[in-house]
Amino acid sequence: MALTGLEIYKLLPKTNCKKCGFPTCLAFAMKLSQKGIELSACPDVSDAAKAALEAASQPPVRLITVGAGDKAFSVGNEVVLFRHEKTFYNEPGLLVTIKDTDSADSAAKLVSDVSAYAVERVGKDLTLNGFAIKNASGDKATFAACVAAVATKTVLPLALLSTDPGAMEAALAKADGRNPLIYGATKDNAAKMAELALKHKCPLAVISTDGLDGLVEIVEIVTKAGVQDIVIDPGARGFADSLAALVQIRRLALKKNFRPLGYPVITFPGEGTNSPQEEAVLAGQHIAKYAGIVVLDHFSPETVYPLLTLRQNIYTDPQKPLQMAPGIYTVGDPTDNSPLYTTTNFSLTYFSVMGEVEASGVPSWILICDSEGLSVLTAWAAGKFDSEKIAKTVKSSGIEDKIKHRKIIIPGYVAVLMGELEDELPGWNIMVGPKDAVDISGYIKKVWTNN
Amino acid sequence: MPVEIPTEKWTGKIREVTLGGGGRKTVTVGGETALPFLHFEGSIPNRPVVAVQILDCRPDGWSEPLVRAWGDVVNDPAAWAKKAVELGADIVFCTLASAHPENQNTGAAEAQTTAKKLLDAVDVPLIFYGPEVSDKDNEVLVAVSDATSGLGMALGVCEEKNYRTIVASCLANGHVAVGRAPIEINMQKQLNILMCDLGIKPDRILMDPTTGALGYGLEYTYSVMERLRLAALGGDSMTSMPMLCTVGHEAWRQKEAKSSDGVPEAWGSLEERGILWEELTATTLMSAGADIVVLRHPRTVEMVKSTIKKLMGS
Ligand code: B12
Ligand code: SF4
Repeated sequence: MALTGLEIYKLLPKTNCKKCGFPTCLAFAMKLSQKGIELSACPDVSDAAKAALEAASQPPVRLITVGAGDKAFSVGNEVVLFRHEKTFYNEPGLLVTIKDTDSADSAAKLVSDVSAYAVERVGKDLTLNGFAIKNASGDKATFAACVAAVATKTVLPLALLSTDPGAMEAALAKADGRNPLIYGATKDNAAKMAELALKHKCPLAVISTDGLDGLVEIVEIVTKAGVQDIVIDPGARGFADSLAALVQIRRLALKKNFRPLGYPVITFPGEGTNSPQEEAVLAGQHIAKYAGIVVLDHFSPETVYPLLTLRQNIYTDPQKPLQMAPGIYTVGDPTDNSPLYTTTNFSLTYFSVMGEVEASGVPSWILICDSEGLSVLTAWAAGKFDSEKIAKTVKSSGIEDKIKHRKIIIPGYVAVLMGELEDELPGWNIMVGPKDAVDISGYIKKVWTNN
Repeated sequence: MPVEIPTEKWTGKIREVTLGGGGRKTVTVGGETALPFLHFEGSIPNRPVVAVQILDCRPDGWSEPLVRAWGDVVNDPAAWAKKAVELGADIVFCTLASAHPENQNTGAAEAQTTAKKLLDAVDVPLIFYGPEVSDKDNEVLVAVSDATSGLGMALGVCEEKNYRTIVASCLANGHVAVGRAPIEINMQKQLNILMCDLGIKPDRILMDPTTGALGYGLEYTYSVMERLRLAALGGDSMTSMPMLCTVGHEAWRQKEAKSSDGVPEAWGSLEERGILWEELTATTLMSAGADIVVLRHPRTVEMVKSTIKKLMGS
C-alpha cells in the first residue's frame, strides 16, 4: 500500500540539505509519493526508512504461485475486504487430500478422477487445482514413494504435507521442478524447512498452533532466513474461529499493511467438521471469506460442483457481468426450417438456454439481443429487453435470410411482450416458450413436430 | 509482541425485531453491533434463525427429492408445519400459493382457515407470504392479519408498487411487515422510509433484499447485503432492519436442484447436490448478514442450524 507524501517525509532525514536536487525534504517526499523519482536520490536516507518504503511498495497480500506450467495457480494480491469495493482477483486454489497410507489403487483412482474433473458453467471450465499429499504414515520412504506416484500421474500442482524435514526433503526430491507448496514450517522445524524452501525454490507454508501471535513468530523466522513466498495457516479449524482468524488476517494486511501476515491463507475445512457435507459448508465459508488455498479431505462431484460454482460467483467482477456478443448463435447444424429462440446477452442466461436447446437434440438458432449483460427479467424491468429491441435485432442480424419460417420463441417470463412484438414484427408468429429453460426440451418436441 | 487485532468501531446497531407474542412463543432477531459472527468486535445478542417454508396447498413442480423428503405432510399445511417444527424450525413460513389466480385462486376465507390451522398446530412464530400478485396479496394477507391480530406475525411482501395496504394492516394488528426491493440498496432504504411514513415502527420491519441462488445471482445478493449491513453499522438507521432471505424458494427452482436426467456426470447425485445448493446459498448469505433464512429441505434445516450454533461459538 503506497505511502502518502507526508508519511514518507516522516521517514526522511529532514535536514533540507538539497543534495537530492529538491529545495526541501518535504518537496522530495511529495515527488517520491507520485513515483516521479527514486529514493536513492537522497544519499542520507537511513536503512530503516529504506525498508519501510520498500515494504510499503509491495502488495498487501503477496502473490504466491504453486505448481509449474499451464496448471500452476496463483493466489493473493487481493486489495479489498468486500467484493463490491472493487473485486476479488485470484480464486482460491482447491486441493484434494491424498494420504500416503491410502492404498496405491485408491490413490491412483482419486488422482485420475480429480485430475479429469471439469464442469462447464457459464462458458468456463471449472476445475480443481491439485493435491495435498499428507505424510500420514510418518514414514519418510512411504511419503516419498507416494509423492513420486502421484507426480507421475498428474500435472496438477502439489502441496506436500509433513512437518518432518527429513520426509520433506525425500519428497521434494520426487517433485523436482513441480514447485510444490511445502507445508510446512512450525515453531520446531522452521529453520530446516526454510532451508528446504530456499534450496528447492518452493513456496513455504507456516503453521501456527498458537494463533496469530505464534504465526507471526514463525513467519519472522523464515523471512529472516530469506524465504519470501509464504502461505500461512493460523491453525483455526472450526466455523467461528476460522472466520475470525481469516478476517483479522485480511484486515491486518489491508488496513494496517502488516507485513508478517500479508500472505495467502491455507485452510483445512475437513479437520473442523464431521461429514463431507459439513466440510463443504465450511469450505464455502472459506471461499467467501478470504482463503487462498482450501484443502478438501473429500472429493465427490456433488460437493465440489456447488463449491466451484460458489467460487466462480464470489470472484466474478461486480463491475462487469459476464456477457456474450449479441448476434446469431447456432446449436448443432440448423437448417432454414429449424426453431429460432431469442434471449438476452447475459452469459448465464445464454448458457442456460443453450445447454437446454442442446439437450433437446433439435438443431436450432439462438438470437442474442444486446441487453447490456442483464438477465431476462432484470433486462425487461430495466427496459433493455423489450419488443423494440428484439424486433431491431431480428431485422439487423440477418436471421431472416437464414430461415424460411417466421416463428420466434421468446422466454416465458416475458410473455407480456407477445402483443407488442406482433406489432413490431408483422408476418411473424410470436411463440411464448416455457419460463424456465429446463422445460425447453419438452416444449420444443411438442410444438415443432410438423415443421 | 502480540498482534494487535484490528476492530471496527461501529456507531450503528441492527434493530431488534420480535415475532410472536400474545401468549405465543417469541423469536427475536437482529441487535448486532458487529459484522456477521465477528464476536471479537461487538455483540451478537440473537443468532440467525431458520424458517421453514411450507405451502397452503400441495406443491406443484417442486423438485422430486424435496417433496419426497417431506412425505405425506405436503398434503396438509398443519401437519407440514408440525413436522417442520419437530425438525427444528424456529419459524414457520407459509406461502399462500393457492391464492394465485393461476392456481386455485382462493381468497380471504381460505387464507384465514389456513392461518387458524397453523396457529393451532404450532406455537412458533409464523410468516405469511402471498402469491406475489398485488391484489391477491392484499386480499389474503389482510385477511390473515385480521385473523391473527396481536399474535406478532410477519407478512410480506411489501414492494414499492404495493405496500400501503399490507403495512397499514400490520400496523393495525401489531404485525411485522416484510419489505422487498430488487437487490438495490437505495431502493431498499427508500422502501423502509415509505413504510415508516405510514406510521409503522422501524422495529416492526424486516428487509427481504431479494435472494439470488447459488449460481443464479447469489453474488449480487451477497454484495448488496454486505453493503446494507455496512451502512447500518455505519449509523444509517433506515437500513438497520434485520434481513430475511427466501433461500429455499430460489435454490430449489434451479436446474441443479431439480434435474437428474441428461445432466453432466460432473454434477453428481441430485439429492446431495440440491441440498448443498440450498445450504451454500443459506450459509453464504448468513455471512453477509441474513438474520432469517427461509429453507425447504429437512436436511438443510439440520445442517444450517448446526452451522449457526458453531458460528455463534457454542
Ligand atoms: C441478479 C439480479 C440482478 C442483478 C443483475 C444481474 C444480471 N446481470 O442480470 C442486479 C443486482 C444488477 C439487478 C438489477 C436490477 N434488477 Co434484478 N434481479 C436479479 C435476480 C436475483 C436474478 C436474475 C438472474 O440472474 N437470473 C438467472 C438468469 C439465468 O435467469 P433468466 O435470464 O431469466 O433466464 C432463465 C429463464 O428466463 C429462461 N430463459 C432465458 N432466456 C430464455 C429464452 C427462451 C426462448 C426460453 C424459452 C427461456 C429462456 O432460462 C433461464 C433459466 O431458467 C432476480 C430475482 C431472482 N431471484 O430471480 C432479480 C430481478 C430479475 N430484478 C428485478 C429488477 C426490478 C431489477 C432492477 C430494475 C431494479 C432497479 N430498479 O434497480 C435492476 C435493473 C438493472 C439496471 N437498471 O441496470 C426484478 C424484475 C421484476 C419483474 N418481474 O419485472 C427481479 C425479478 C427481482 C424482483 N423480484 O423484484 N438484478
Ligand atoms: S537529500 Fe535527503 S535529506 Fe537532503 S533534502 Fe533531499 S531528501 Fe532531504
